[in-house]
Amino acid sequence: MELLMSILIGLMFTAATYLILSKSLLRIILGTAVLSHAVNLIVLTMGGLKKGKAPLLDTPGLPVYNDPLPQALILTAIVISFGVTAFFLVLAYRAYQELDSESVSKTRGHEADDE
Amino acid sequence: MSFLHLAIFLPFLMAMLIPIFYRWTKQLHTGWIVLPIPVILFIYFLTFIPQTMDGVVTQTMPWIPSLGINFTVVVDGLSLLFALLITGIGSLVTFYSIFYLGKKKERLNNFYAFLFIFMTAMLGVVLSDNLVVLYLFWEMTSISSFLLIGYWYHRERSRYGARKSLLITVFGGLMLLGGILLLHVITGSFSLREIISEATIVQSSSLFIPAMIFILLGAFTKSAQVPFHIWLPDAMEAPTPVSAYLHSATMVKAGIYLVARFTPLFAVSGAWFWTITLVGIVTLFWGSITATKKTDLKAILAYSTISQLGLIMTLLGVGAAALHFDSWNDNIYIGAIVAAVFHLFNHATFKGSLFMMVGIVDHETGTRDIRRLGGLMQIMPITATIAFIGTFAMAGLPPFNGFLSKEMFFQSMVDVTSLNLFHAETWGVILPVIAWIGSIFTFVYSMIIFFKTFGGKFKPHLLPKKPHEAPIGLLLPPMILAALVVITGFFPNLIAKPLLEPAVKSIMPSLYGTDYSIHISFWHGFTMALAMTAGVIILGILLYKTANRWKPFITEKVPAFFRWGKAYDNSLYYMEQGSYRFTLWVMTGWLRTYLNYMLTAFIILMLGTIFATDALNFDISTISRVTMMDYVLVLVVIVTLIGIVFSKSRITSIILLGAMGYTISIFFIVARAPDLALTQLVIETISVVLYLLVFYHLPQFSNIEEKPRWLSAKTFISIGVGLTVFLISLSAYDTTFFPSISQYYIDNTYTKAAGKNIVNVILVDFRGFDTLFETAVLAIASIGIFGMIKLRLTRRGKNENK
Repeated sequence: MELLMSILIGLMFTAATYLILSKSLLRIILGTAVLSHAVNLIVLTMGGLKKGKAPLLDTPGLPVYNDPLPQALILTAIVISFGVTAFFLVLAYRAYQELDSESVSKTRGHEADDE
Repeated sequence: MSFLHLAIFLPFLMAMLIPIFYRWTKQLHTGWIVLPIPVILFIYFLTFIPQTMDGVVTQTMPWIPSLGINFTVVVDGLSLLFALLITGIGSLVTFYSIFYLGKKKERLNNFYAFLFIFMTAMLGVVLSDNLVVLYLFWEMTSISSFLLIGYWYHRERSRYGARKSLLITVFGGLMLLGGILLLHVITGSFSLREIISEATIVQSSSLFIPAMIFILLGAFTKSAQVPFHIWLPDAMEAPTPVSAYLHSATMVKAGIYLVARFTPLFAVSGAWFWTITLVGIVTLFWGSITATKKTDLKAILAYSTISQLGLIMTLLGVGAAALHFDSWNDNIYIGAIVAAVFHLFNHATFKGSLFMMVGIVDHETGTRDIRRLGGLMQIMPITATIAFIGTFAMAGLPPFNGFLSKEMFFQSMVDVTSLNLFHAETWGVILPVIAWIGSIFTFVYSMIIFFKTFGGKFKPHLLPKKPHEAPIGLLLPPMILAALVVITGFFPNLIAKPLLEPAVKSIMPSLYGTDYSIHISFWHGFTMALAMTAGVIILGILLYKTANRWKPFITEKVPAFFRWGKAYDNSLYYMEQGSYRFTLWVMTGWLRTYLNYMLTAFIILMLGTIFATDALNFDISTISRVTMMDYVLVLVVIVTLIGIVFSKSRITSIILLGAMGYTISIFFIVARAPDLALTQLVIETISVVLYLLVFYHLPQFSNIEEKPRWLSAKTFISIGVGLTVFLISLSAYDTTFFPSISQYYIDNTYTKAAGKNIVNVILVDFRGFDTLFETAVLAIASIGIFGMIKLRLTRRGKNENK
């Protein structure tokens, strides 16, 4: 299972990188979303994919629980990435309003801006 | 803090007070206020003469004792000679500048502040024993010299000269610092005398040669030795008192001082002997030849200074041979050291007076160009007398002091040929020949200075001003120096015993306690040196008379080979251009380029580390079982990935992204993570709504996207990143090292925290701080979004402008 997950994570990283390297600002944001999914899956996989019980006490079944710590970490990560994604989306929206373009090539830094 | 420390800092303190005095005393020339300082210091240093004749005076003040850096002042013969030159000529230059710089036109507060900072720095260089302190003062001389050269900063040439001198001397200063640190590495000490007392350790160290080269680079750049001499002629843009003080008598001798100071440490090496001797003799030769082709008096004097510094440097190099012979009284090579010290003194006197003379000529006629000058002898008789004494001393003619030191120079050069060290017996013979040719040209340019200015026809129509004799205030300082030239010419032993002998003893510390004594005889019999001087005079006169024939040759042909100044300019230009082009090439301004850099670096570093450390140790036996369900879920995610990447429509992409998020929440269910699944579902729903909301306002993205190409950098980098992450996750997945700490959470969730949902208890109880700041992140994001939508500063600003 871990091998399969690793392959999947590798593919997700490939897709996310490909999207982040595109010209369209929206594809870049889509890429970051895919990237954060991939990272969450890495944390989950690295914590071990053993089939124990859900980390709720008094659950009937096997005497083993799944590791609760990665789950807590991922929960935090999901919320933070949501906040950042929401911010970026509005930023893209505002950038489009101001610049009339969603292409990264139009938002190139100019030497004149440095002065 | 002794009075000696105070003496060093006295000019600096004065420099701090000058702006105040300058404002309060508008009527009085600022020079008069500051003049007592160098005079008092000169008298104070004179009182050290009896003490330095048979020993040293040491005073210590702790500065950074934990690093072994203490401000130790040591006065010995060499330091005292320099200190007397600095304060003595400093007094004369201050006096001279009172009459040279007008009270109304010039910013005198700046001038005297810079000059006195320089005086402190120079005293610090020659009196410090601690090398770090010495380096501090060394850089202070560079900076104050930079300020003084650029004194008339509205002139382009002044700024150019100041920058050039700063770049070159600071380069040398940094090299010197490197040498000092190497010496510290070898001996563990920063004290010059302690290092010299451990000379045998230094000499056997493998860092001996690097330390020597670094220190010599510092000395050569400061003392304008070839090829670092190029800054000195451009430094002539400074006011003439500055040129007289810094660029003839004091600062350019700091390198000479350094070489003399380090002689006991490095002189055992043949590399030292040859480097200094050869660099010195080349500088002597090159400086004297170049000086003959210049037409500006100050440029001639600049190249003459370069040449004379080369002479002193050569003598110090040859004098290093003296250390290899045990007996002192019949040691002929020590004569070179004596000659070096003697010429050092002589050069300071006659060159100082010559610069002041040129300043007077410039001041009274308005030009320094020898093509416009001439016939000033009748109009300016006193100036002409000063110039006569100075130039003839420089040319090495009797009865002036230059004659004596030049005789000693020739004698030392002749002595080298009988030296059987460092292979000097074969190549040593070229030294006297080059020295002799250099001296002929020295004679020629000395004659040019005197006869082209004061001899010949008077050309009043070429002069901007009507010339007349200078006021006594301008004449007095060069007169004192010229008098010194004559007095030491006739009675050299007046300074030999009290000044030169202690200086020689400090260059050769093993002389202390011996009965060695210097006696300079004015008439030394018919020797080889005398014959060489006669040859210099005869050939010099011939060359001077035929100057028109050979001058075009050296002005047009010779410089083509050695255009050092041009090389400096080009190197600056190409360095600037190169770094500019490099920056343009690397910093494209495209975000994608920078991402490419970062991701490529990530791939290379990570893959490199994995393969270099053989970290790939995936153990197939530890992995868990794969169910049919897992395959289906993975397949769904892969399908959505392909769809997102290749879709042409944004709606498709968003929906596929949502599908992927939901699939991942099913992953979480499979992994027995109900809280995660719940959160993922909710967040994914809100995200998709947000995407749709925002995308509604944006154009279709496919029209600006290039077609996916397999053979693009983008594809390679993406695949590389994916592969790297895949390999990292494979090699990191090994849970057999030690058990998870989660057992603690599982055991104590109910007993200690009174909860049954372990994940929730971790979030709010065991690790509640994470949650607090994650809440803060959400708050900041929402405030940021609110601000972005509500605040429209630029637009409002535009409206206001209309």
